[in-house]
Amino acid sequence: MSASIRLKSLTRDFDVSKPWLNRVIERLPRATLRAVDDVSLEIPENSVYALVGESGSGKSTIGRIVAGLVPASSGVVEVNGIDIVSTGAEQAAEARRNLQMIFQDPYASLNPRWKVRDIIAEPVAIRGVATDGLAERLLEQVGLSAADAGKFPHEFSGGQRQRICIARALASHPRIIICDEPTSALDVSVQSQVLNLMSDLREEMGLTYLFISHDLTVVQHMADRIGVLYLGALVEEAPRDRLFAEPKHPYTQMLFAAAPRMDAFGREVEPPKGEIPDAINPPPGCHYHPRCPLATDLCRSVVPETRRIGATRVRCHHAE
Amino acid sequence: MSEPVLSVRDLVVEIPTRRGILRPVDGVSYDITKGEILGVVGESGAGKSMTGNAVIGLLDRPARIASGEILLTGEPIHHLKGEALRRLRGRRMGMIFQDPLTSLNPLLTVGDQLTETILEHLPVSRAKALNRAVAALDEVGIPAARQRIGSYPHEFSGGMRQRVVIALALCAEPELVIADEPTTALDVSVQAQIIALLKRLCRERGVAVMLVTHDMGVIAEAADRVAVMYAGRLAELGPVRDVVGRARHPYTTGLMASTPDASRGQRRLRQIPGSMPRLDALPEGCPFHPRCDRAEVRCRQAPGPSLTACDGRAACWFPMHQPEETPA
Repeated sequence: MSASIRLKSLTRDFDVSKPWLNRVIERLPRATLRAVDDVSLEIPENSVYALVGESGSGKSTIGRIVAGLVPASSGVVEVNGIDIVSTGAEQAAEARRNLQMIFQDPYASLNPRWKVRDIIAEPVAIRGVATDGLAERLLEQVGLSAADAGKFPHEFSGGQRQRICIARALASHPRIIICDEPTSALDVSVQSQVLNLMSDLREEMGLTYLFISHDLTVVQHMADRIGVLYLGALVEEAPRDRLFAEPKHPYTQMLFAAAPRMDAFGREVEPPKGEIPDAINPPPGCHYHPRCPLATDLCRSVVPETRRIGATRVRCHHAE
Repeated sequence: MSEPVLSVRDLVVEIPTRRGILRPVDGVSYDITKGEILGVVGESGAGKSMTGNAVIGLLDRPARIASGEILLTGEPIHHLKGEALRRLRGRRMGMIFQDPLTSLNPLLTVGDQLTETILEHLPVSRAKALNRAVAALDEVGIPAARQRIGSYPHEFSGGMRQRVVIALALCAEPELVIADEPTTALDVSVQAQIIALLKRLCRERGVAVMLVTHDMGVIAEAADRVAVMYAGRLAELGPVRDVVGRARHPYTTGLMASTPDASRGQRRLRQIPGSMPRLDALPEGCPFHPRCDRAEVRCRQAPGPSLTACDGRAACWFPMHQPEETPA
């Protein structure tokens, strides 16, 4: 099976310096924030790859780079075998034609002045292809009715809007869909409807998903393979069952322990220590060491390399 | 059991509109005792925040308490207005909001905000108030509290800001704290810290807490008792183990089954068909019947089920688990 998306040493730096006059007066150096730090991963065709992490871990930035919304600073981003970083704009656009995105907030990602029909057909219409009946067919496919095509977004609930976003994403027959927190803004009963729809569509249409989420239970339900991000770096990657059965990185273990559980009545656990550090001045060595129970002098000075243990890739000196 | 700290009796909140009167909260009753955390759970529009706001007197006009009683340690407070209400708020009732950035004043240091609240409600000197403020920050786990007291809200991270808000809610030593989605804007690791903090403060100080959230996992972990709300009414009310373990209302079961949980190993999630009815188009009888797969003729007829009309735990004519199954 070939890989739909392949990232090699992907890095993205953001310039977060103060304006130049402030730098001169206050004698400040330029400041950069490394949002994505040397991330390599492969997403096989017709699979679901989930990126999880807390806020500021770079998961959305990776999704945006793959979608071409944010340029990469360095590294390789291959979509269906074409490197969209180094090739010309035209070829990159051609490669990205196979790729669509679903955003978190269905209230912000639909134009309130457009009818649903135009919103859904836009990705196809922009290429000058006829779109007769396309919106109606897609609306039925995502569980709405064809008559909804003439309505405006405000006439729909959050879950229905997210279905419209999915219909729009499907309009141009993409093979890859990047979903950035697609259900975070939805209620649980609606979330389950949308997740089921996404699973069905994947099977029917052979889609590949890059699924970005902070919610471990959703990720556990949807993903085939999971990558855990911390401060822009992929600290652990494993097939879903492997990761949940045997998390190797102390950060992954902490995330699992901290997630609220339905069977944990009155659970008294030692809450995790500390918070995500400042990404502009990350701690030296392993970025996780100030919060890590296993940290040694080695962790405080040397950045760990990615190691392979069985089916797991982990970036920790002490994982075994 | 001692007298409950908060007692809500048949609370009805109404919003008059041009197209008629809407009832976002309709006949809700519950008690919270000293040192107890009552979790109020439901989806958006279920009326959970509206209930909390009604208790603390923060309903935005034109919403108003139409009938029912709210008793704080036995005294009715639902009719209070203006100055009398302001004395109560902060002093005897604290509030923690969802977004810690918007509930702190960005132009005042956290020390100013804490001392202002303490001076307003307690008869202490300025110097004493400052010491209390430092102690309050210390208690919620802010490191180097004496140095941080001069910091502005933007200098704190999200989790630390929420700790400041909790310190602010607790600094005048209220008997009741209403926490409206206190961890929803936070990351999981920070969420776990805040829940642990709330539980500790509740236990140590004997504060009664009303924890409003949409997250069943948070409820299971933090609450002693749970109130499940649907379309402005209580669907189910009981001890957390019973409600989560043996839910009687089909809505509660549906809510839990639609939360992904790999230990059940299902490929598809159970869905509750449809969505919550709009307040201006509530169905006759049980508000949940159009989405319920157990609905029968009686469910479609008025009057709808209520806790008191049914078994006292679930507002359902045909509850899922029978009473004798529930351990006492």
